[in-house]
Amino acid sequence: MTQTTLTKPLAVDTIRADFPILSTDVRGLPLAYLDNGASSQKPQSVIDAMDWYNAHANANIHRGVYQLSQLATELYEAGRKRGQEFLGVDDRREVILTKGLTESINLVASAWGGANLKSGDVVLLTQLEHHSNIVPWQLAAERTGAKIEVVPIDDRGVLDMERYEALVAGGKVKMVAVTHVSNVLGTVNPIREIAALAHRNGALVLVDGAQAAPHHFLDVAALGADFYTVAGHKMYAPMGIGLLFGRRELLEAMPPYQGGGDMIETVSFERSTYAHLPAKFEAGTPNVAAVHGFGAAVHYLAGLGEGEAPRERLRTAFEKIEAHEQKLLEAATDALTAIEGIHIHGAAPGKSAILSFTVDGVHPHDLATVLDSEGVAIRAGHHCCMPLMKRLGVPATARASFGLYNTVADVGALERGVRKAKELLG
Amino acid sequence: MTLDLRELYQEVILDHHKHPRNRGPLADATSTADGHNPLCGDTITVYVKTNGGIVDRVSFEGSGCAISTASASMMTEALHGKSLAEVEELFRQFQDLVTADGPAPTDASLESELGDLEVLAGVREHPVRIKCATLPWHTMRAALKGAHEPVTTE
Repeated sequence: MTQTTLTKPLAVDTIRADFPILSTDVRGLPLAYLDNGASSQKPQSVIDAMDWYNAHANANIHRGVYQLSQLATELYEAGRKRGQEFLGVDDRREVILTKGLTESINLVASAWGGANLKSGDVVLLTQLEHHSNIVPWQLAAERTGAKIEVVPIDDRGVLDMERYEALVAGGKVKMVAVTHVSNVLGTVNPIREIAALAHRNGALVLVDGAQAAPHHFLDVAALGADFYTVAGHKMYAPMGIGLLFGRRELLEAMPPYQGGGDMIETVSFERSTYAHLPAKFEAGTPNVAAVHGFGAAVHYLAGLGEGEAPRERLRTAFEKIEAHEQKLLEAATDALTAIEGIHIHGAAPGKSAILSFTVDGVHPHDLATVLDSEGVAIRAGHHCCMPLMKRLGVPATARASFGLYNTVADVGALERGVRKAKELLG
Repeated sequence: MTLDLRELYQEVILDHHKHPRNRGPLADATSTADGHNPLCGDTITVYVKTNGGIVDRVSFEGSGCAISTASASMMTEALHGKSLAEVEELFRQFQDLVTADGPAPTDASLESELGDLEVLAGVREHPVRIKCATLPWHTMRAALKGAHEPVTTE
């Protein structure tokens, strides 16, 4: 089944019942959870998968000749398989399981950067980047003598592609590290175009997929990314699990990131030889329960879609998720824009369901405190994007970020809270 | 408004937030220091003018929330005319006020010299907001000690 017309919208009421935390209350008020950009909630099936693993399958993976260890190993590899499905990667050697997206980026910046960057080289970032896609590159640059350069954005939060084209040309840029979706402005960057230009100029592309994975269907091959990173806990999976996709020839040529058990073939005091991919980059005991939970989250998402093949189910699921979240984004934008003295930050066409705003006379932290008293959870601050805050000319913003289980009632609670804060403090 | 919100945003705090006292640089300051809260990106500069071991004037500038602005504004008034030893004692009492466990002191508390500052006791119920209230004070103290590095709350 490959039709693109949707027959059914997302069944949000049913979905909400799958997430136990959504029925908890905040001081007697219903919880309106609008901080999905920081971390999403988990469906019962993910919670159950982790509990079941710990109760019935826990053992260290690899090399255990007993049944339990073999079961744990199978579950771990099944989690990787779900990761491959999620990213559209056929070769299991190209998907490394990490403890999170921060580790995924640090792995590349350290192992690839250490082996490939040299004095005079440039790592090209954008003004939209999260600290986790800035600082690892600064560390690599300090060690190697490479430089960091930055692609600017316009006032809407859209990357200046003309400047990008000029900056990436000339052969000095070795890596373009760019976010897929801005965690502050919701901007969806044109990764295909960015990657094509980078490759034409001899540079590689690493994509921070933290905010794309929960909102959009991913196909890393079609995007042209050389490295793609995902944070499990922002896409309804547990904390402590991330993905790193890397093209096989790149990963094979890279030295290991961390040394330890599981990443070796043979060890002597004189010399060690390293395991093949993907184990080469998975030193030490992994968080198998989280990997199993991650698999359950991908299964859950696929279950929202239609069709037979897992990829088709994911694709249709994300069509529905996007349609639902865009409705919420539109409703929230309309509701907040109607309030006097409010400023929405980020006007990129086709942006993701992330809404940053400031209110004249009301500091975002006060706003978040007042919203909390109304049961509304949002984030306020610099969102780990201090350079972007500087570009926007604000010390901080308030951010409402939507997930598949949010409703117009949540938007209503947000609007009420903002009006209340304005009345109290503005 | 729910009760705990009213305790946090008392009228006195809202008044100092909307009409901060002693805001802006102090041309004849004898010392200044910068403070920074990396959690929220807020920054503050505190200017102090001392004369013979007595605090003559304190002012501040920077961007902050209602809590930090009110705390800074009230601090500039509270420190006027205090000796350095008295400033240190007031700093200690303020720290206790916003961070100590147990019930907040009432207006009738006898030993405290905090006066109006006691309205900031409400932040104790909001742990992430405590640093908003204490940043101006740490920055003021750094200015008096002649610190060269910016103060951070971390």
